[in-house]
Amino acid sequence: MTKNATISRRSILAGTAALGVGSLGFPAITRAQARTVKIGLVHPVTGFLAFNGQQCRAGALMAIEEINAAGGIKSMGGARFEALIGDAQSQVAVAVSETTKMAEAGANAFIGCFSSALGLAATQEAAKYNIPFLIDVGVSDNITARGLKNVFRFKAGHSVTVDKSVETLDGLNRSKGSPVKSAIIVHEESEFGTVTATRMAEKLPGVGIQVKEVIKHANPTRNFDNIALRIRQQRPDAVIISNYLNEYQLLCRTIKQQRVPVKALYSVLGGGFNIRFAREQAEVSQNVMDYNHWYNPRNPRALEFRRRVEAANLFCTFEVMLSYFCVKILHDALERAGTADKDPLINALASSTFSDHFMPYGPTRFVNGQNQGAQSVCIQALDRDMKVVFPAEYAEAQAVFPLPT
Amino acid sequence: MIYDFPIIFSSVMNGLMLGGIYALVALGLTLIYGVLHIINFAHGSLLMIAMFAVWLLLETLGIDPYVALPLMVAGMFGLGYVLYKGVVGPMSHGEDANILLVTLGVAVILDNLALYLFTGDTRIIERPYSFEMVEIGPALITLPKLISFLGSLAVCLVLWLLIDRTDLGKAIRAVAKERQGARLVGIDVENIFALTYAIGVACLGAAACLLLPTFYVSPQVGNVFVIIAFTIVVLGGMGSFLGALVGGLIIGVTEALGGLFLGEALGQIGISLIFILILLFRPTGLFGGAK
Repeated sequence: MTKNATISRRSILAGTAALGVGSLGFPAITRAQARTVKIGLVHPVTGFLAFNGQQCRAGALMAIEEINAAGGIKSMGGARFEALIGDAQSQVAVAVSETTKMAEAGANAFIGCFSSALGLAATQEAAKYNIPFLIDVGVSDNITARGLKNVFRFKAGHSVTVDKSVETLDGLNRSKGSPVKSAIIVHEESEFGTVTATRMAEKLPGVGIQVKEVIKHANPTRNFDNIALRIRQQRPDAVIISNYLNEYQLLCRTIKQQRVPVKALYSVLGGGFNIRFAREQAEVSQNVMDYNHWYNPRNPRALEFRRRVEAANLFCTFEVMLSYFCVKILHDALERAGTADKDPLINALASSTFSDHFMPYGPTRFVNGQNQGAQSVCIQALDRDMKVVFPAEYAEAQAVFPLPT
Repeated sequence: MIYDFPIIFSSVMNGLMLGGIYALVALGLTLIYGVLHIINFAHGSLLMIAMFAVWLLLETLGIDPYVALPLMVAGMFGLGYVLYKGVVGPMSHGEDANILLVTLGVAVILDNLALYLFTGDTRIIERPYSFEMVEIGPALITLPKLISFLGSLAVCLVLWLLIDRTDLGKAIRAVAKERQGARLVGIDVENIFALTYAIGVACLGAAACLLLPTFYVSPQVGNVFVIIAFTIVVLGGMGSFLGALVGGLIIGVTEALGGLFLGEALGQIGISLIFILILLFRPTGLFGGAK
């Protein structure tokens, strides 16, 4: 359902709600004010991706509130952002219909959709209207490889992410005398998990890690005992995980319960690796490593951002950050373009050199819509917190690797 | 892949443990069907609400899920009774088809209420016994799973005694077999409907307490179990308690072995296969004729 109101996280968004409610309840007043730039937020806030979608939405709304409070888009006479809120319901068809509805409601740009499957379909739909679409989360290479001029992704794509995750594991492994020589990959069945696992399985032998088995599981999976048993029988040195929130945490828990002896539990874009996991499941999460989007912990602004997010009673997750910066990138492009017209805005995005962020990469440089140089980092759950442990230039703690026996 | 005997044995044991929980979820569903002749579409959502209640009791009052079991059974019984008397019964206007729609509406409301209150996040609890293991032959079973299994069997037994050995049970059976006849001998049929619905929902209170130490809770968690519960009800025979128990165990073991030999993604095919075979060769279910 598309609506102009914000009802996401109550505490942080109380002020933001006025954005949409205002335009619903007092249209005459709204018209009298400076013009608005409408951003369609297409996220799955219900269904099995609800948590991630809600986090994305919260991040985008934070940025919108911040920009509006600071005077809006100055080159457009102080035009304010207006959020068009949509729920993709974790379903591809709904993501498409939400995009269509928002396009017809006058959306000037889109941000979404957390998942690759939703993003692929929604960007295609937005392309029909030539409306710019910023991907906050959604890793598939295909999102920016189809030649769609309206699509931009701030974070790294799939191939780069997986290749760098293998490099990272290799770097950690070599630094400790290469204790990890074999691995089993466990992944969820959709595009995200499958393409990640396939590429990992191709790349790992190149760094001296034999892949003993690639295990696919359904969404949802109620019981991971079988997988834990299969892993135990084959005794790999490492278990590599690529799946979504619920199954991620259940799998880690089962591996711990079944006392599967591994030297590393390493995930790539682990859907369930977050601060709540580290904090509330300390025994399960301790020393689990994840290669994922995260801030540069050496940047004081990043730590300040995290404090602000947590003060607003939200969990600081990568979804919040990435959606937040997508709005900021859009704002930067609008300031330069001086208009929300489609072609000038797309051109402004394509030439973006946005550097006002605290992710571990430099200014944006989009090539075919993909930001070059974007990368993730290796984070480890240590003592109820998440710490960057690799690469060294961003590390805030020593990696516990291999795991103590 | 060829597995060692200990792995296969462990898999079967884990399947049985899981099957016990499946049975408990299916038990409430089959009871409600057996008496009211309706499928309770709100079953999964009510399980989710019960699990969040157990989680809240632990987080806010520090009450362990197992200690909370009597409280949850009583609380869910009350919720089920009020829900039937206040919403499902009056809004159905005596039509079974309406009850289906009303329970579906209740499910939508509960799901969205949970999303609003708890967000879509997943909660998993850690208890001191969460990682305790019990050796059964060569299998390592987590203590909470063993407790869940034994607890499920105990709840099944209590429910069977209630239905088979008490006046309330006689009344419920009478209403299930012949509503008009029951009404003619003075049974308050509407009240039996409400009580039956409440008992079915109370089963979910027990299931939630036994499930949470081994599983997660999120607003979508009901869907994870309710589909399988429907399969078990059909497999065991709609309205049959014994069928729900045996069906749950069969499905649990089938899922476990299917997952082990065919992989977790393809392993679910065993459940679908059983479902199709039952529909083809014994549409009344394993114990459907004996209810």
